[in-house]
Amino acid sequence: MLAFLLHRLLYVTPVAIGVTVVCFLLVHLTPGDPLTAILPADATLELQEQMKAAYGFDKPLPVQYALWFWKVLHGDLGHSIATGRPVLTEVMRAVKNTLILATVATAIGFTFGTLFGFVAGYFRDSWLDKLASFVSVLGVSVPHYWLGMVLVIIFSAQLGWLPPTGAGPDGSGDWRPDAAHLRYLILPAITMSVIPMGVIARTVRALVGDILSQDFVEALRAKGMSEFGVFRHVVTNAAPTALAVMGLQLGYLLGGSILIETVFSWPGSGFLLNAAIFQRDLPLLQGTILVLAMFFVALNLAVDVLQTALDPRIKRG
Amino acid sequence: MTVLAHDLAHDPAFPDPTLRDRGGPAQPLLSVTGLVKHFGGKRRWRGETKGAVRAVDGVDFAIAKGETLGIVGESGCGKSTTARLVMQIIPPDAGEIVFDGEEVGSRALDLTAYRREVQMVFQDSYASLNPRLTVEDTIAFGPRVHGTPRREATGRAHDLLARVGLEPGRFAGRYPHELSGGQRQRINIARALALQPRLVILDEAVSALDKSVEAQVLNLLLDLKAEFGLTYMFISHDLNVVRFMADRVMVMYLGKVAEVGPSDVILNNPSHPYTAALLASMPSMDPDNRTEEAPLYGDPPNPIDPPPGCRFHTRCRFTSAICANREPPLAAVAGPHAVACLMTQPGSGHPQAAASREVAA
Amino acid sequence: MTVLAEPAAETVRTASRLGRGYWAGVVRRLARDPVALVAAAIILTIVLAAIFAPWVAPADPYKSSMIRRLKPVGDAVYLLGSDELGRDMLSRLIYGGRLSLVMGVLPVFFAFVVGSMLGIMAGYAGGWLNTLVMRTVDVFYAFPSVLLAIALSGTLGAGILNAIVALTIVFVPQVTRVAESVTTQIRNRDYVEAARVSGARAPTIVRVHVLGNVLGPIFVYSTSLISVSMILASGLSFLGLGSKPPEPEWGLMLNTLRTAIYTQPMVAALPGVMIFITSISFNLLSDGLRSAMEVKA
Repeated sequence: MLAFLLHRLLYVTPVAIGVTVVCFLLVHLTPGDPLTAILPADATLELQEQMKAAYGFDKPLPVQYALWFWKVLHGDLGHSIATGRPVLTEVMRAVKNTLILATVATAIGFTFGTLFGFVAGYFRDSWLDKLASFVSVLGVSVPHYWLGMVLVIIFSAQLGWLPPTGAGPDGSGDWRPDAAHLRYLILPAITMSVIPMGVIARTVRALVGDILSQDFVEALRAKGMSEFGVFRHVVTNAAPTALAVMGLQLGYLLGGSILIETVFSWPGSGFLLNAAIFQRDLPLLQGTILVLAMFFVALNLAVDVLQTALDPRIKRG
Repeated sequence: MTVLAHDLAHDPAFPDPTLRDRGGPAQPLLSVTGLVKHFGGKRRWRGETKGAVRAVDGVDFAIAKGETLGIVGESGCGKSTTARLVMQIIPPDAGEIVFDGEEVGSRALDLTAYRREVQMVFQDSYASLNPRLTVEDTIAFGPRVHGTPRREATGRAHDLLARVGLEPGRFAGRYPHELSGGQRQRINIARALALQPRLVILDEAVSALDKSVEAQVLNLLLDLKAEFGLTYMFISHDLNVVRFMADRVMVMYLGKVAEVGPSDVILNNPSHPYTAALLASMPSMDPDNRTEEAPLYGDPPNPIDPPPGCRFHTRCRFTSAICANREPPLAAVAGPHAVACLMTQPGSGHPQAAASREVAA
Repeated sequence: MTVLAEPAAETVRTASRLGRGYWAGVVRRLARDPVALVAAAIILTIVLAAIFAPWVAPADPYKSSMIRRLKPVGDAVYLLGSDELGRDMLSRLIYGGRLSLVMGVLPVFFAFVVGSMLGIMAGYAGGWLNTLVMRTVDVFYAFPSVLLAIALSGTLGAGILNAIVALTIVFVPQVTRVAESVTTQIRNRDYVEAARVSGARAPTIVRVHVLGNVLGPIFVYSTSLISVSMILASGLSFLGLGSKPPEPEWGLMLNTLRTAIYTQPMVAALPGVMIFITSISFNLLSDGLRSAMEVKA
């Protein structure tokens, strides 16, 4: 197992370095100079050169990358142009809020997704399967930012049951686990849960169908095992893959929350990213993307390792 | 069998095979020396070459013009790897392949020229046919690659279909999934013959077929051999089939040659205990002659870490201390019959072997 | 056995009698799938309406009217109401299909072309070329696709072209990965080895034996991306990173109508309905195509 872990780490390291390269290059993709966002429009040429030197933009790209990478390794992602605060602090605060939202959404999505998937897989080709499959297709096809709007229209604008935007009362910037804040979590979490629900339902349906059509299930039934016993076998066989898909979905939600956070003004990483893009706060933009991508890489690694630990069929080594 | 003799002989890209003979009848068509192939292990980032599967580990043999060499052995003994090495599908780690006096890959015989001379029929008749190509396109592909115009290549495909016993009018436009296993294997044979090769490698070519179909295909192979003057390298795990087809038989065990010789000698009077065990494990038709005890114990050892000395000593009935220490060379016992067993080699130190060379002489 | 016939004539007859290419079978099976047919009909309607928008749309989608803002659905003049600037919603929805479809479908098309080339090359060649391509793909896979799309178009700057470029970059690695894995499978099939044995060179083998068996699965996978691409493309516009006002585009319309959710909720939700319908239709059609192609021919 340790050898496997090391092997995976060795494999992930170049990917992680590649991620930093992409994040670094992103800023240099920006039309014009990375400095144009900071400098006043009427800045003299001399000032421009001074700033360039100050930020190290006069050095060749690989050198700039190496300097930047060294700082990143030490947790220094630079300072936000808009607020002047360290990017890492800003990002981590926002990621915490996103993580809460994404975790709750994944939990909801996983619960309903496995439910629908199991029903569909067990009663394959019945009307129940068709219904459950249709719901899961709806889940993966719906523009979630629109679904968020519709839910706001119904539950906030029309019924007035739940708050339309924000993370808590009085513009609370951080979500806290109390009743007042919980009401703010419901709509965005439900909206967000729709995607993983659809994906997990599809996966579980296919898994259950595959497992039930295998010979060993036939053998279990033939030797007189009860339907519940068969069900247990199906669950234990489907669990590793279903959990892996769930883990990956959590990662996708972490990175893909920007649209939903914008709709609900949820003070998470997506909201931060949105602000960074429109204020052309490049250090913040770069830092947010880097942190989110690294979260995703780490999550992938964790899922991979967990799945191997759970599934005896995958050889460790 | 009346067959439309399409302009096979007039195609400038394909001179008459008999004219392509270089070395004369005494020159072996194929001769292989020191063939080695190890899989895996080598390019691992962990460094050492230890975990390599020694699929083929120093094999020498020759095939005379017009003969059929049967290659037998349990699965995993390296028969199919040998075929793929000879066919140059995979590059050998070491060893030399000489075709009719010319080394393969040399300037006199480059790979493209060689591939016109040697063709192969695979075991899985379905997997070896492109599901998206019609039968005639599959057969015509080889000639087209070598520059035959489409019309002529299609014409040749139709001829070959007829020669392998499939009416071109009915079969030319079909797809592989519309054919039976026997029909598909006939297509594969036709495809192999489309380049007018001199050597055809048949890698378990009939093993997946029903017994009745198998017999038909075997007879077809014998007919085609006579008609086109072919030489066969016939690989099979079925000794009965090999007895029917082969002039000479080579027995392989764990990537090495155990015994090679004329097929009546090998299959009636084997000298290597492994060959004897293989023969004894064949089901007998005669109920009075049934196999009483298992002649071979256990599975073959792991080819990643083969036993030292004689590779068969872990399963051999006659094993002695020397067998684990000394690797027996493949040595002639009588004329073309060669065996890699210390028992047959005088002075080897095996209790069953003659004490010294003088005594043996 | 006596077989004497003119090969060419025989072939023609055989072909016309059998007439069963693989794709003919796929189309036949697809035609028997009611869900896929309905989905295809919806997509066709939306596409045709978008193409012939000037003839189909009842009004000018750009003509605003300050006194007729935010009319409800079912209004006498505006069948589907009017937006925050008093423009006819129905016309804007019809015209909006143009940009939304182009922005959703083009990236997948480009990704199909580029990804297939990269993946087939990497899969067939193997070795260091494969390692190089696939490790690069892995790096892009390390970004959740929504994040990558927004990050790219955010840095490239708002605009339709940039959004298409960003989405193409998002989908190329995904198509490449599928293309590579299918090609690697096919590459080791016996018939490819047989082709190699007959002396054919790599480009010929790829053209004759690999492409035909590989493009189908890659194509199906790519069609399944259209739905995601539609949602993402409109999402970029929704964030203000895609099309710019006053162009009618569903995502952008959804954004500008957000202020109207208290006054005209039905009208505000309409552009999303269009995205939803298009996206689900593409998904269902893709599913139908997949199962029509899965049936072992």
